Amino acid sequence: MQPQVLTMNSPDTAKAAPGFATRYKRFSQSPVFFPLIGLVLVCIAMALTTEHFFDPDNLVNIARQVSVNAIIAVGMTCAILSGGIDLSVGAVMALAGTLMAGLMVGGMPPEAAIAIGLGVGLLFGVANGFFVAYAGMPPIIVTLATMGIARGIALIYTGGYPIDGLPDWFAFFGSGRVLGLQAPVLIMLLVFVAAYVLLDHTPVGRYIYAIGGNEEATRLSGVRVPRYKLLVYGLSGLTASIAGLVLTSRLMSGQPNAGVSFELDAIAAVVMGGTAISGGRGSIVGTLIGAVMLGVLNNGLNMMGVSPYVQNIIKGVIILLAIYISRERTKRR
Amino acid sequence: MSQSHNQTILTLEHISKSFPGVKALQDIHLSVNRGEVHALLGENGAGKSTLMKILCGIHQPDAGRIVFDGAERQFERYNDAIAAGIGIIFQEFSLIPDLNAVENIFLGRERTNRAGLLSKAEMRHRAAMIFDRLGIDIDLTVPVRHLSVAEQQFVEIAKALSLNAKVLVLDEPTATLTPSEAEHLFSIMRELKAHDVAMIFISHHMEEIFAVCDRITVLRDGQYVGTTDVATTDVDALVEMMVGRRLEQSFPPKPARNPGARKVLEVRALQRYKHDPVNRFDLHEGEILGFAGLVGSGRTELARAVIGADPAHRKEVWLNGKPVKLNNAGDALAQGIGLLPESRKTEGLILDFSIRDNISINNLGKYQRVGPLIDQGLEGRTTVDVMRQVGVKAPGPGTRVGTLSGGNQQKVVIARWLNHHCKILIFDEPTRGIDVGAKAEIYNLMRRLTAQGYAIIMISSELPEIVGMCDRVAVFKQGAIVTVLEDDAIESNEVMRHATAGSHHEFA
Repeated sequence: MQPQVLTMNSPDTAKAAPGFATRYKRFSQSPVFFPLIGLVLVCIAMALTTEHFFDPDNLVNIARQVSVNAIIAVGMTCAILSGGIDLSVGAVMALAGTLMAGLMVGGMPPEAAIAIGLGVGLLFGVANGFFVAYAGMPPIIVTLATMGIARGIALIYTGGYPIDGLPDWFAFFGSGRVLGLQAPVLIMLLVFVAAYVLLDHTPVGRYIYAIGGNEEATRLSGVRVPRYKLLVYGLSGLTASIAGLVLTSRLMSGQPNAGVSFELDAIAAVVMGGTAISGGRGSIVGTLIGAVMLGVLNNGLNMMGVSPYVQNIIKGVIILLAIYISRERTKRR
Repeated sequence: MSQSHNQTILTLEHISKSFPGVKALQDIHLSVNRGEVHALLGENGAGKSTLMKILCGIHQPDAGRIVFDGAERQFERYNDAIAAGIGIIFQEFSLIPDLNAVENIFLGRERTNRAGLLSKAEMRHRAAMIFDRLGIDIDLTVPVRHLSVAEQQFVEIAKALSLNAKVLVLDEPTATLTPSEAEHLFSIMRELKAHDVAMIFISHHMEEIFAVCDRITVLRDGQYVGTTDVATTDVDALVEMMVGRRLEQSFPPKPARNPGARKVLEVRALQRYKHDPVNRFDLHEGEILGFAGLVGSGRTELARAVIGADPAHRKEVWLNGKPVKLNNAGDALAQGIGLLPESRKTEGLILDFSIRDNISINNLGKYQRVGPLIDQGLEGRTTVDVMRQVGVKAPGPGTRVGTLSGGNQQKVVIARWLNHHCKILIFDEPTRGIDVGAKAEIYNLMRRLTAQGYAIIMISSELPEIVGMCDRVAVFKQGAIVTVLEDDAIESNEVMRHATAGSHHEFA
């Protein structure tokens, strides 16, 4: 005991520049360590088996393909960190996208149409949050129900058919370029930076982790837990509708059936990124790595010409493996 | 009392174990005889739990050997130890709340008939036999969550016995029991003794050790101090072995009561449910008000209702002379009332969080310098200050709270409220499960706080603590405050008399 107390009292030793070994040790304990190794391994495997994996065009392609899932996964990360989950994201994305498309085609100013689309996504999230936080219902049930509702509204609104004929400039969000960067990739990065700041540098982020870590202790310490849970689901709805904006713009079409099972891809990205499915532990950077890992897999398997049926199996196995490793790691702590 | 060799059922020899950065155990010896109750004594952090985890295969020793029932054994995992005949009753029960006692006892090794279906009658019969043997009468058909804590513990014991446990480890079994329940447990332990079951008994209560144990092994800072017969030792000698110095469990002196002290909190009426008793009490600046009573007498429930952590049917609370609405712990915090909950692990702390994050969780606004951003450097420095103020011993503010000892964890929760502007503190069993040294530190801290004008409500089931620390004592019985004692009236027998009102309970 004694020497430990000493360390606290002597800032010199604590602040001494850490050697390589210490720094490596610290890094190896960081939540992104294993996801990063996983990503490197997957990249090496793809580079060895496909010819053009490291071509700049292909890498840009991967980044763009990843963006929609990654944006959704940001909200999902918040939900899972807080000890919950949001199954409605795929359907909310489709609803937001079709609404934007429909309103624009119907003659509404595009800015207003986009705002309404995003607003409805946010609203759905807030509704999820209300049922979870204030009515005390289990998130998995609530979001399963709203998933059906959002999908149903999207189908009724569109009559089941895609909405085409969007103004040309709207393609910007899906295929435009800013400073040489693909617009979807830029949007994705902005969303991640915002989420990183929120989760790692603001009280709200700390509360989200705390609620997932021990909700009762957080509540008894005086944190107003329900309002932060509401916020978490609101955020998830918002990121889902941002993904809807990107996807609709890329397809130049409002698809009521878009995003089926996207919630599962988002969950996969989150857990492959090292976030504990039980909440309280994880990181947003990990989620980005997890989403990229999934994207690289998709891309590589496609380039190899692997049948989509087989791809499902391979992805499933890799997800199991990734989660097994991260579980082993938490056990050792 | 020389024991012949073949009576020894379990021997741990030269056990050493290190964890990264910590020597947890060094050269520990422990030898237990058949039919013996052997106390394992030591402050928290002395290595008792680690030793027991090695015994039951959860940890592997770095050095040393385990001889059990005449043969050297290595338990690779928990199940190996169980199968060999070592039963462990942890503080947190391993029962499935929604299964009944019989189903719990036979969980994982259900008896089946030839058709592969459960032989419920047989299992029930066998379970009933075990309970009969122990003289325990409980309802075997209801889900165990409907049983009292003590009854659940008896189910755990029965489960271990049904596995033919030859050595039973009881890790602080009495911590959550009422005195009469504890007495029942002791009679069961004596019964087991008669059946030659050896027991390792971990407890912080000296009087319990003297009541049921034969021998005592003392650990201190992961080292073996010695083993002694209960018959030839006394409390002072044991405490000296534990802490390495003469330390009487003394309480800081009570300052003279200030009759003119301001009322900071007035609970004018508080009724939890419609037909519950209506309680009222006041809390003055600079005093410690005790909530005494038997376990289950409604002290924690009342305190939680005051701060709004639980709902109340009727509630009139005045703070500093003004009525306030406290609908949740957030409201209470805003009014400067903080709660140190009964169970620090499940209600007090976020175990995965660092000390820093646990302390600052309800006061992050304090560290915002630029917009909503937390200045983490400032947060860390403040944490180090607060840690020093309450005496948290840890490598640094970044240490994970789950790795701290009970006493240090408790101090972290206290630090959380001191870091805020809270002036009214509710301490629910502040010294439960923590060692003598840390207890004394917490008592001194409480007195320092009251001297600074803090007002403290202390809920405690330890009578000496109530008598030694409180300026006034509200005594609870069946959900109602039956009396408030002051000055000389605060005395063990008087408190007990009101808490039990005529019945013949003994306070453990």
